[in-house]
Amino acid sequence: MSTDRGIDALDEPTRAAFFQYLLRLGDDRLVLGHRTSEWCGHAPILEEDIALANIALDLIGQANMLLELAGEVEAKGRSEDALAYFRDGIDFRNALMLELPRGDFAFTIVRQFLFSVFAFFQLEALQRSAHPELAGIAAKALKETRYHVRHAGEWVIKLGDGTDESRRRAQTALDDLWRYAGELFLGDAVDDAVAAAGLGPALASIEPQWRAQVADVIQRATLTLPKDGYVQRGGRTGRHTEHLGHMLSEMQIVARSHPGAQW
Amino acid sequence: MRAPTAPVPSGERRREAVLDVLRGVLDPEVPALSVVDLGIVRDVELDAIGTPTVVVTPTYSGCPAVKVIEEAIVAALELHGFAGAHVRTVYAPAWTTDWMSAEGREKLRRYGIAPPTPRAADSELVPLLRREPRVECPFCGSTKTTTRSEFGSTACKALMYCDACRQPFELFKAI
Repeated sequence: MSTDRGIDALDEPTRAAFFQYLLRLGDDRLVLGHRTSEWCGHAPILEEDIALANIALDLIGQANMLLELAGEVEAKGRSEDALAYFRDGIDFRNALMLELPRGDFAFTIVRQFLFSVFAFFQLEALQRSAHPELAGIAAKALKETRYHVRHAGEWVIKLGDGTDESRRRAQTALDDLWRYAGELFLGDAVDDAVAAAGLGPALASIEPQWRAQVADVIQRATLTLPKDGYVQRGGRTGRHTEHLGHMLSEMQIVARSHPGAQW
Repeated sequence: MRAPTAPVPSGERRREAVLDVLRGVLDPEVPALSVVDLGIVRDVELDAIGTPTVVVTPTYSGCPAVKVIEEAIVAALELHGFAGAHVRTVYAPAWTTDWMSAEGREKLRRYGIAPPTPRAADSELVPLLRREPRVECPFCGSTKTTTRSEFGSTACKALMYCDACRQPFELFKAI
């Protein structure tokens, strides 16, 4: 697909910000996709094993498209594979929430829910991006994400409004994740530059939609929405938890051991 | 696959000849359907000397069959006298099951996969009581069917169960 008209029109600072922005979009999906794929062969029931593997595949497919575009915008000859497998943790731009170990099934589901709702409204707005290729990717990914939101949302309701055990685990997961979720909406100069150029939405426009949808499902799940407080931050600028390095060592080892391998 | 065709004149008839070859290229994951039935072939472009570029769009972002399909398209065209053909992937407009041909839907049903239902305009993201789409069992034709999981053996299919003939089956899900 030709991307020339979209990228060439950007001035240098905007192009640099757009590259960072695309890394954030791509890394969110790559890292969560890898974490989700860890359930393959371990989910509580066969249907869930299949569902989580499918969702992981969607996320990694989306990351593939977004990182490919990031490489084109950067224009230094880095492919999507180079960006995925040959960057160190400090160069990853995913939100911290997504790199945390997969935890129990409740933790995985609640995280999937909080992120998928964010992704849904983000992609919905990105369909109107001034960059035609990003708008096209968003329209494609949005269709998949609708299924992800429904899957995770229905599970949050089942777990929250289920047994004492499932309810306790779902509430614990929600409480633990809440201080990370706020990072999704902490904008910085990258977000401002991208929004000003019409390439992506302002985060402030997504947050109310996210809060309303999350609160609605949490209430139907008879769970308690945690109070806002301290927000753990750092992922968007490369300051990660210790967990990302371990995850990357596993994810990247084959590509790094055999650079340029073909099969 | 068809027998190699005789060289055809350029222009519209050549495009039609390319499409004819593509009608013999099957989806490796749903081999009942050709890439044309599936609706993933969006266009055929011919350059000045008539070398075709086939424009395709993937069904799902992470569909692992994409690469295999690209190679199969190039190989089939080569075999039918279209040397040096290319495949170009586009993401917009996003693929929808609405592009699946009527013939494709019928082929799916005969293969044992329920064809996609018309896309539901569900306004609610997480409906409390999901309205089950009316899906006919491809084996007995009953509509007493339930969704077991919206995720099946491939990204494009859901797991269903027929309460009438007690047979699990797959549904090509609408997107």
